Amino acid sequence: MTATSTTVPLVALVGNPNAGKTTLFNALTGSSQRVGNYPGVTVEKISGTYTFEGSKFECVDIPGLYSMRPRSADEAVATEVVEGRGESETRPDLLVAVLDAANLERHLFFFSQLAEQDLPMIAAITMTDLAAKEGRPVDLAALERYLGVPVIAVVAHKGVGLDRLRAAIAGELREPSTRARGLDSLESQVDAMSERLARGGFDVDRDEIRRGLEGDPDLANRFEEMPEFLVPFEEARASLTKPALHDAEARYAWAARVRTHVVKGRPTPKQSRTDKIDRVLTHRVFGLVVFASVMFVVFQSIYTLAGPLMNGIEWLFGKLGDFVEPQLAFSPVLQSLVVDGLITGVGSVLVFLPQILILFFFIAVLEGSGYLARAAFLMDKLLGWCGLNGRAFIPLLSSFACAIPGIMAARVMPDPRSRLATILVAPLMSCSARLPVYILLIGAFIQPQFGATWAGIALFGMHLVGLVVAIPVVAILNRGVLKGAKLPFVLELPVYQWPKWRDVWMTVFSRGKVFVKTAGTIIVVLSLMIWALAYFPRTSETETQLKAQYAALSPDFQAQVSEEHYLSEKLTEQSYLGRIGRAIEPAFAPAGFDWRIATTILMAFPAREVVVSSLGIIFNLGGDVDEESTDLRQALRKATWPDGRPLMTPWTAVGFMVFFALCCQCMATLAAIKRETNSWKWPLFVFVYMTTLAYLAAVGIEQLGRWVGGSV
Amino acid sequence: MSNDFSDLRKGMRARVIAVPEHNEFAERLQELGLTRGTEFEVTQIAPLGDPIEIALRGYRLCLRRSEAAGFQIEVLP
Repeated sequence: MTATSTTVPLVALVGNPNAGKTTLFNALTGSSQRVGNYPGVTVEKISGTYTFEGSKFECVDIPGLYSMRPRSADEAVATEVVEGRGESETRPDLLVAVLDAANLERHLFFFSQLAEQDLPMIAAITMTDLAAKEGRPVDLAALERYLGVPVIAVVAHKGVGLDRLRAAIAGELREPSTRARGLDSLESQVDAMSERLARGGFDVDRDEIRRGLEGDPDLANRFEEMPEFLVPFEEARASLTKPALHDAEARYAWAARVRTHVVKGRPTPKQSRTDKIDRVLTHRVFGLVVFASVMFVVFQSIYTLAGPLMNGIEWLFGKLGDFVEPQLAFSPVLQSLVVDGLITGVGSVLVFLPQILILFFFIAVLEGSGYLARAAFLMDKLLGWCGLNGRAFIPLLSSFACAIPGIMAARVMPDPRSRLATILVAPLMSCSARLPVYILLIGAFIQPQFGATWAGIALFGMHLVGLVVAIPVVAILNRGVLKGAKLPFVLELPVYQWPKWRDVWMTVFSRGKVFVKTAGTIIVVLSLMIWALAYFPRTSETETQLKAQYAALSPDFQAQVSEEHYLSEKLTEQSYLGRIGRAIEPAFAPAGFDWRIATTILMAFPAREVVVSSLGIIFNLGGDVDEESTDLRQALRKATWPDGRPLMTPWTAVGFMVFFALCCQCMATLAAIKRETNSWKWPLFVFVYMTTLAYLAAVGIEQLGRWVGGSV
Repeated sequence: MSNDFSDLRKGMRARVIAVPEHNEFAERLQELGLTRGTEFEVTQIAPLGDPIEIALRGYRLCLRRSEAAGFQIEVLP
């Protein structure tokens, strides 16, 4: 229980969501934070350390809770940590209950449950400055008497009260107080007894009751002489039993009584400035206009601001590859492993970083200013009917730029079930990496035959496909797949304020770090696996043989296809990946895809960004083509089956685009889902359901096309 | 006369007179302070009609009308 020089005491920060816990935690532990996971659930374990007067303290930020009676798996983990019941969890040595002075009653309800934990405890009161400004200052000395634990006022982002809190923590650990707390505290018992006596018709002074309960014989002596007092006194003592954990009514009655004793001033908040701002920002017309503008800025920033940075990263890794390539010329396998496998793999991780950092910058600013909650308030109705809620809007919107920051942004959703549903459909939103596929195929098959208008409609339609499919998917997930209690959608609209820049940067930094560290490892490993499949089997003779084959071909063919392009196509064809592509050709035949398309799909498994260059390789044009390449468009239009039928009709092309709109050809997304759900089950589920949907849709479109009449 | 959450308009004051039993949503809403006897005021209604924001126990909470179904309330003058 007490801190010794050999063990580092564990201090847990506990409180309601929005209690100011995270700001306090950041201020206490600074940059020493570690982000981990609790086994089996999606909540993160955030811990850090600090040193006070030469001793080290371990600090853990328990996820926000409204009650010690958990409703979801995530809440259960948080309560288990407090109770020390969790797997491999050590019980904290001390609890710091973080209470919001501006919202005391609800926080006291939770405190009353925490107080019954048999652990040393401190109450850290946040937002005392705000409560005072609202004309509702808190009498901290009176509060301390009611809570029965040391009460420390903190204004974490200004550093106020931190050292007093650290000193109180050290003091409580050295010598835990033995005072009765919460509903049992002396002050609360005085309250209950004076009420009880008053009901019996006796008006006894509170001081006298307090002295009596503290053991002063005066009161007892007085009652001895007057039995009409003694009976209710004994009864009152006997009736001082704790209500059940779930007895919200009794606990709130206590909380309300404490509040009336310790808070002077109006009982309802007077949020004049915030109310004025809200009159515009949640207005039925202006509110929606402002909302649309804010979302436009956020989306545009992810989409366009990240673009040059991503190109820069790609350029840098390209240059790195160019530099390393000649150094490793002595070993072609090693050369390809390092350049095509490792450098490309690491590059494909880091390329997502700009979008993640930009999105989390905006989320942290919107959250810190109080607008994020308004966004959820405005959008809830729109998303609620299909089983999501207002908080899903930003994750889903960002997924149109890239699903990875979108999936990571779903952590703004406190309800684990809705959060999981959002994560599972986010990859269906049409991300920017799908755009080249649409442009290539629309340019090759739609625009030449149907004109620019239909090309535009097709492009818009492709962006809608995922959104339209997501609605029934969510409905089915909510009915059948997702388990766990449904929680009511609740939300608090905080007071508007300037974001705390320290918190903003810490959010941005820690999200970036988590992505690179955990998702990055998975992505690099998978990149290397795909590289190996596309490279092997290959011996030094393979290339010589292929060169001889090329030399023996007709000059006509040689004029059309360079030796380099011929080699890269043949090497792909004879690789394991190409062989698998050929083997699965029959499965893709109903969709009108031959082995070349099937191999492209396999090559694009790590990232759909490589679709266009893979098609380039397979169609003898080399990997340097882009989606505007007229040669590639030509090649796709001219490609035939062995019997001379055209490979792609406009129907097949639409089927191919829809396939890429719906499939999950992005292992970075899968790695992000693994990271965020802390389980391989969900990325696997997403991959299987999206690939199945994509396949069925492609087959359906091709078959419809054949039924309607082949080529249109 | 008792009403429910679908009857509430902006600026109305009301008191909870009965809470539904064996209802998980209602249990959570009670833990958030919406217990029997609690008085509250409707401070905002989202542009699309739901959710609504109410002021209770010195703080404000947004909730969906449908998820507070079963709470009986009386509208105060």
